[in-house]
Amino acid sequence: MVELKAQTPFGELLPLHIGDMTVAARDLGQLTVLGVFDRAGLSKALEAAHGVALPEPLQSTAEGDAQCLWFGREEALLVGPTPDEALAKHAALVDVSDGWAVAELQGPGAEDVLARLAPVDLRDSVFEPGDILRSQLRDMPASITRTETGFLLLVYRSMAATLVQELRRAMEAVASRR
Amino acid sequence: MRIAGRGLVNRDKPVSFTFDGRRYDGFAGDTVASAMLANGQRLMGRSFKYHRPRGVLSAGSEEPNALVTTGVGPASEPNVRATMQEIYEGLAVRSQNAWPSLDLDLMAVNDLASPFLGAGFYYKTFMWPRKFWKHVYEPVIRRAAGLGRLSGGPNADAYEKAYAFCDLLVIGAGPAGLMAALVAARAGADVILAGEDALMGGRLNAENEHVDGQPGHAWAAGVVAELATMDNVRLMPRTTVTGVYDGGMFSALERVNQHRARRGEGAPLECFWRIAAKQSILAAGALERPVAFANNDRPGIMTAGAVRAYLTRWGVAPGKQVAVFGNNDDAHRTARDLAAAGVHVAAVIDSREGVSMEGADFPVLRGAVVCNASGRKELESVTIRTAGGEHKIQADCLAMSGGWNPSLHLTCHLGGRPTWEPDIHAFVPTPGAVPGMHVAGACNGTFSTHGCLAAGVAAAENALEALGRKPEPMDLPQADDAPYNLKPLWSVPGKGRAWLDFQNDVCVKDVQQAAAENFRSAEHMKRYTTQGMAPDQGKNSNVAALAVLADATGRGIAETGTTTFRPPYTPVAIAAMGAGGQGKGFAPERLTTSHAASLAMGAPMVEAGLWYRPSYFPRGQERNWRQSCDREVGFVRKTVGVCDVSTLGKIDIQGPDSAKLLDLVYTNKFSTLKVGKVRYGLMLREDGFVMDDGTCARLGETHYLMTTTTGAAGEVMRHLEFVTQCLHPEWQVHLTSVTEQWAQFAVAGPKSRELLNGLLEQPIDNDSFPFMACGSERLGGVAARLFRISFSGEHAYEITVPARYGAALFDLLVARAEALEGGAYGMEALNVLRLEKGHITHAEIDGRATAGDIGMERMVSDAKDCIGKTMSERPGLRDPERGQLVGLRPVGAVKQLTAGAFLFEAGAEARRENAQGYTTSVGFSPDIGTFIGLAFVMRGRQRHGEVMRMVDHLREIEAEVEICAPVFVDPEGGRARG
Repeated sequence: MVELKAQTPFGELLPLHIGDMTVAARDLGQLTVLGVFDRAGLSKALEAAHGVALPEPLQSTAEGDAQCLWFGREEALLVGPTPDEALAKHAALVDVSDGWAVAELQGPGAEDVLARLAPVDLRDSVFEPGDILRSQLRDMPASITRTETGFLLLVYRSMAATLVQELRRAMEAVASRR
Repeated sequence: MRIAGRGLVNRDKPVSFTFDGRRYDGFAGDTVASAMLANGQRLMGRSFKYHRPRGVLSAGSEEPNALVTTGVGPASEPNVRATMQEIYEGLAVRSQNAWPSLDLDLMAVNDLASPFLGAGFYYKTFMWPRKFWKHVYEPVIRRAAGLGRLSGGPNADAYEKAYAFCDLLVIGAGPAGLMAALVAARAGADVILAGEDALMGGRLNAENEHVDGQPGHAWAAGVVAELATMDNVRLMPRTTVTGVYDGGMFSALERVNQHRARRGEGAPLECFWRIAAKQSILAAGALERPVAFANNDRPGIMTAGAVRAYLTRWGVAPGKQVAVFGNNDDAHRTARDLAAAGVHVAAVIDSREGVSMEGADFPVLRGAVVCNASGRKELESVTIRTAGGEHKIQADCLAMSGGWNPSLHLTCHLGGRPTWEPDIHAFVPTPGAVPGMHVAGACNGTFSTHGCLAAGVAAAENALEALGRKPEPMDLPQADDAPYNLKPLWSVPGKGRAWLDFQNDVCVKDVQQAAAENFRSAEHMKRYTTQGMAPDQGKNSNVAALAVLADATGRGIAETGTTTFRPPYTPVAIAAMGAGGQGKGFAPERLTTSHAASLAMGAPMVEAGLWYRPSYFPRGQERNWRQSCDREVGFVRKTVGVCDVSTLGKIDIQGPDSAKLLDLVYTNKFSTLKVGKVRYGLMLREDGFVMDDGTCARLGETHYLMTTTTGAAGEVMRHLEFVTQCLHPEWQVHLTSVTEQWAQFAVAGPKSRELLNGLLEQPIDNDSFPFMACGSERLGGVAARLFRISFSGEHAYEITVPARYGAALFDLLVARAEALEGGAYGMEALNVLRLEKGHITHAEIDGRATAGDIGMERMVSDAKDCIGKTMSERPGLRDPERGQLVGLRPVGAVKQLTAGAFLFEAGAEARRENAQGYTTSVGFSPDIGTFIGLAFVMRGRQRHGEVMRMVDHLREIEAEVEICAPVFVDPEGGRARG
């Protein structure tokens, strides 16, 4: 019997502390793309099974360890639990737990750091906790969610090292101004 | 000379710096220009063409003369305006465009040759002989003319790019901008206030006047202090808004650390901002116009506003005996300020008749002009022309004012044209030129402080209304409302060169010459004379040059029009715009899960799109890549090889209409594919050419997994999105990229099944898992997918596991392969293996190939339609003369083949017209024992056996080749099925 050892996307690259900012890897459990075929049915099934409704565009819903992030046109990302089988009646279910590298950026300069990487308006007046954007971090396709404690960043797993490099550069630049 | 008790510099903080190696002392708050003037140093630069000695003309970013180089080595920065560079301890400044030194510049011989160097000189003189331009004339001219030079070394300084968003962007922090920002900020709007200067306040810091009962600079400081406490305000000093773009986008350059020695540790030198603003207020002020008269470029001659700025802002008297020359009341203000500061005023020369100046204790000459100036490196005297004749007066500084030009540049960046305003003899912004932009203060032709404050309030109120906010009631601060009273004066007639464009050495006579040679439009004159083309972009010369052109062509200025103002408003270093893009910052790196293991095995990596893949895995005594490659090819042909193929695009397709989608996008049918089977598919673009190829597996009744080539993964995904969103939005089908979810490895070779059966929990055999089968398997407790497909033509599989197990599985597969006398193989071997089988890559399907060209016309199903099918039936795409895919092998003495070489009939001359085709890919086949290649050859399939010339003109290689079938190994395909 062989044994396959799992590796995390960031390995030793995170956490990273610069100035009063921190970026750390996050393991949020299973990530499942929900390809929506039937909105109402899916939302009902989601609430019944996981306690979260299907989010409106640019928003997310959460209940306990389960989160549901809007993830694109007719697409949501169920974060945390293994999806209930009932969901498959209303949506395509695709496990992408290993496809994304997930990190959280925290600290007073976090918004300034992202202003150096993302061409989108992340001011707290317009981008509140739970709000999500599919945008880019420099040239990396990314998902950005404001959490109660910082920003949750998702990039393709293969770009994890580049993300750390870009975050480091932006964090150093921001720290140098503080 | 510094004047006691004056200026806003910090006298408690002395700062020293060097200019051309010599130490100068100044104070915190000084610029290089103010500190040099305080030290009595007038000479700061040499002019572009004539190498004339030059001193500072202005006190702002429009400075045309005092251009210097800061820093040393690769960190040096040319063409820095001395008027903008704040001094800091240890700052090293060098003069530029002078040899051997600023004081003794031998290139000044150009000045003596000036009669030959006027407008159009280059165009007329260096025409002949033609070949001389590139190798003789241009290098010589470039050496003699020019500005600062780059070091030639890579710049190690950090730059950054950033985005900002706001309700209101206020551009300019003078009285209008401050007032506008204050009103908007108090109303709760999200405000960004960008000011070019280090110290906000604009002319309030440079004029001797009161606002709200306090000195202007103190009022400004109070407003800035209030704004600084507000959470909804971002103050951006040292930030020049450089461009206006569609949709409320602005570019701005912030000089983050240019004013201090701080470098390294990620501290950026400059930041290039992109600011998105719902509304904007332009309060950029105005630029003073010089007057053109003979030798008006002598060091010591500067604008009157600059003289007042040095006096009031920096406490520096720019001369001991100052003459003041103007055509408006600003001249009087300058003389009064100087006299009040105890500086000797030699005379006020006012071009207007009958103006009064009460209480002046200096001579006031009315209806008089300055018509010449003497003193080469420093002004010594000026010649005054009155009705009674000409006479000289001693002066070491002349403050001149030809009036003011509103800084309306940004209002023209979206294509708007300014409007001529006859009352102030200047262009003003055309209302509505930039959507959402309100214009206030001097940049709108309102020149009094009171007027600017009122305009700032009005602009803010308009912006707030558009934002749906209400301003709080506020009293307008008391301020000066002196009239402007200007009578136009552009140039003083007379002999000698009278400068318009100081930076590019363009004189009145050059503009007249242009007009005489029929370059009458403003745009033609600009290009013929180079007026307005230097780093200052004509900020100092624009309207005066147009006035001279208008006069020379017998038109009015309004009719003559202006040239076009384009971004950037001030020069922006490419390093700032490209911040973060140096070296590996240029693009993200995509690394496979086996990346670290490949590096540990010594594999050189090659880029495939953004991915990095191993070329080959060198071993022991191997001296070159070919030996490694041959060995790795041997693994696959004889035992078993392992290759990471995770970079291939993988698209999960689910939903009841999945099969319909695939039947539409692939040329062949997928609705008939059985669950648990894989099929090779070909995809066309709408125009009928081949887009991509790959395999597609049917995992369930309504569930497929498509693979694409590495390079076209994004394009194919976009194509599928287009089809599902635009062509068939009614279809129930969902696409998810799972490229990153799965680590995928090819296990290829006669011993591939043996290897896998040592790992899989349920062993497989040829019956349970035949060629083109797929299914779910488990190994090491992990759910995996197995596909029996082969790019090498051997008995082969691809196995995928979730990416977290990729590194572990790669190590395991390589170890097992090595135990079977095989091992890892890289891209070089992969390429040879597919060449031996005649399998195509994007070297063949390069966007110009049809299904017929690659011999796959039978894959375009007759039984159904597909995207690109109709267009692929165009006669040109069915032309029998088109190049067809063939194999090549060398049959002459030269055994080397190269990709990109052309093919000619034996005996035909190797000219373009005779080309019969070209090679697309080549490689050395250990099986065949020679190079083999793929090529497109006209009617190639009928020409198997024909011997042709392969000529690579670039590499100078020629070989005799035989055209053959493109499959070199196992043409029956039995091995893959075995």
